[in-house]
Amino acid sequence: MRTVYLDNNATTRVAPEVVEAMLPFLNDMWGNPSSMHTFGGQVAAHIDRARERVAGILGAGDPSEIVFTSCGTESDSAAILSAIATRPNKGRIVTTKVEHPAVLNLAKQLEGRGKQVVYVSVDGKGRLDMDELACAIDDDTAIVSVMWANNETGVIFPVDRIAELCAERGVPFHTDAVQTVGKLPCDLSKIPITFLSMSGHKIHAPKGVGALYIRGGTPFEPFLVGGHQERGRRGGTENVASIVGMGMACELAAKDMGEDASRVARLRDDLERGLVERIPRVHVHGDPERRLPNTTNLGFESVEGEAILLLLNEHNICASSGSACTSGSLDPSHVMIAMGIPFERAHGSIRFSFSRYNEPEDVQAVLEHMPPIIERLRELSPIT
Amino acid sequence: MWNYSKKVIDHFLHPRNVGEVEDPDGKGEVGSLACGDMLRLTFKLDAHGKIADARFKTFGCASAIASSSALTEMVKGKTLEEAAAITNKDIADFLGGLPEEKMHCSVMGREALDAAIANYRGQGNGKTRTLEGTVVCKCYGVTDKQIRDVARANDLTTVDEVTNYTKAGGGCGLCHEKIQQILDDVNGQTEQAPTPAQRAHEKRAKGLSLTNLEKVHVIEDLIDKRIRPALRQDGGDIELVDVDQNVVYVRLKGACRSCPSSGHTMRQFIEKEIHKEVSQSIRVEEVRE
Repeated sequence: MRTVYLDNNATTRVAPEVVEAMLPFLNDMWGNPSSMHTFGGQVAAHIDRARERVAGILGAGDPSEIVFTSCGTESDSAAILSAIATRPNKGRIVTTKVEHPAVLNLAKQLEGRGKQVVYVSVDGKGRLDMDELACAIDDDTAIVSVMWANNETGVIFPVDRIAELCAERGVPFHTDAVQTVGKLPCDLSKIPITFLSMSGHKIHAPKGVGALYIRGGTPFEPFLVGGHQERGRRGGTENVASIVGMGMACELAAKDMGEDASRVARLRDDLERGLVERIPRVHVHGDPERRLPNTTNLGFESVEGEAILLLLNEHNICASSGSACTSGSLDPSHVMIAMGIPFERAHGSIRFSFSRYNEPEDVQAVLEHMPPIIERLRELSPIT
Repeated sequence: MWNYSKKVIDHFLHPRNVGEVEDPDGKGEVGSLACGDMLRLTFKLDAHGKIADARFKTFGCASAIASSSALTEMVKGKTLEEAAAITNKDIADFLGGLPEEKMHCSVMGREALDAAIANYRGQGNGKTRTLEGTVVCKCYGVTDKQIRDVARANDLTTVDEVTNYTKAGGGCGLCHEKIQQILDDVNGQTEQAPTPAQRAHEKRAKGLSLTNLEKVHVIEDLIDKRIRPALRQDGGDIELVDVDQNVVYVRLKGACRSCPSSGHTMRQFIEKEIHKEVSQSIRVEEVRE
């Protein structure tokens, strides 16, 4: 049975071109790029090439502004902790209520260590309260960290305006762009972002590699202290094959970004429209006007998300849910709560996220199987 | 992804007894949509007072649906007294176990049954008996009585476990301290009441001699804690048959029965242990057959 993979905000398949680009560095060219001999040293040129490609997709002025890391989470931690270390007299961190746990739980930890954290609200459509944000940034702010787009709803935040605001006030601005790189155009030469986090495995590179953009001239303290790798900004021998893979993934994403995005958006819209037409009492979560082209988050009344996912799983359909039961916690996702989605609907929220590898038959499969699944669970439900 | 047992998946994919009994004798409803799970249980009795039909409707995850389905299968054919004896652990066991974080699904089944039986007996309208005890967890509306009952039935010792089983403490977390107090109280009570063996030890410490029954308590305790574990290491076992004044009759089992050194074991190990704990004048005899 074909696997209908619609969970691309969780992870993506590794592109065949990426695998091919990586293989030489697993087979023959396994040297250490820091070595003095040619066997190792020649590898460094391939890391540089990957760095250029990553800088290219971000519109970074200089490839040296890119530091390779192990994942998006490491990039987030490195940026935020560096800003705090280099601005020791500043006591405040400004972020949002809907950040990824990589930022949110770090902020909570720093709060426990005496920092003041302001969590900016979103409205019912998941849009950021810009007035609240503007008020929150004061002279005592060490860093502002706002994701570029939300992983659960796909809602895009106006990072260009936030970056301008921070630049005017002289506060470093970090954005977790894990969900937008490769999906939305990004030009860091025009937007004054200080730090940007990205991850390889969300853009068809393997897991275990990420990058942090650090604007030239920004004071920086490494998160991983060690050797001189990455110009002393991240110790540890480079994950060469994966770095090369991520470079290739950026190249592929940049090549057809616009075309891919509109094709993916058509599939997403077909699915969303089809489900809303076929199933009563469904709600679209998140601002449909400003959303990632690949993401839809739907709330099904009177049914619970985990049950939906397991029944979809019977048909090899992969999606995810903001329900409490899928996480092992008791509350629905913090994003749904922040948006004020009623709990009963949040428990029945399902996210479908597409990639360029999806086909119209994936949409057809969901449209075929989802209505009977919802009907079946509603028949089981004591509330109709 | 949860590691559900085959039986949980089976009861989730093919739930038994879905629906509502027409004109039910008892009806119980627990949970809420906002909490993420909700169960309505209805049953009808036959002429002999046994549950002839039980049906459920559940909003919730796979384990909530499976627990409800299992519950209806378990109560059918039982009298209300027999049904009332079913514990949440029985429901989980019936399903081949539930993940720890999902144990509250089995507790929900147990509570729906309580509510339905109470409803049959004319107490309450079939909704949860929230009036019993005082609310400890305001987020999930869990009372001290519920926490006490579930903690006792499942030997819970930590706040995390209480959250897994009852949801209490899973929201804002303000009640964690209160839950810990309840746990201390529940677990303290079982420690405070001395066992018969402990009482006998206290009596002996005062230089008083033990009655036959007290000797039995002490020897049984000794066998459970020290002798049996030692014999089991060699594949053996022991059973206390009788105590008559200063003669203790035991039956050796398993590998001990055919062991050539069992006589040595009797004198050197078992008898010496009993001498230490009961009296030097005790003699141990093996009962064969």
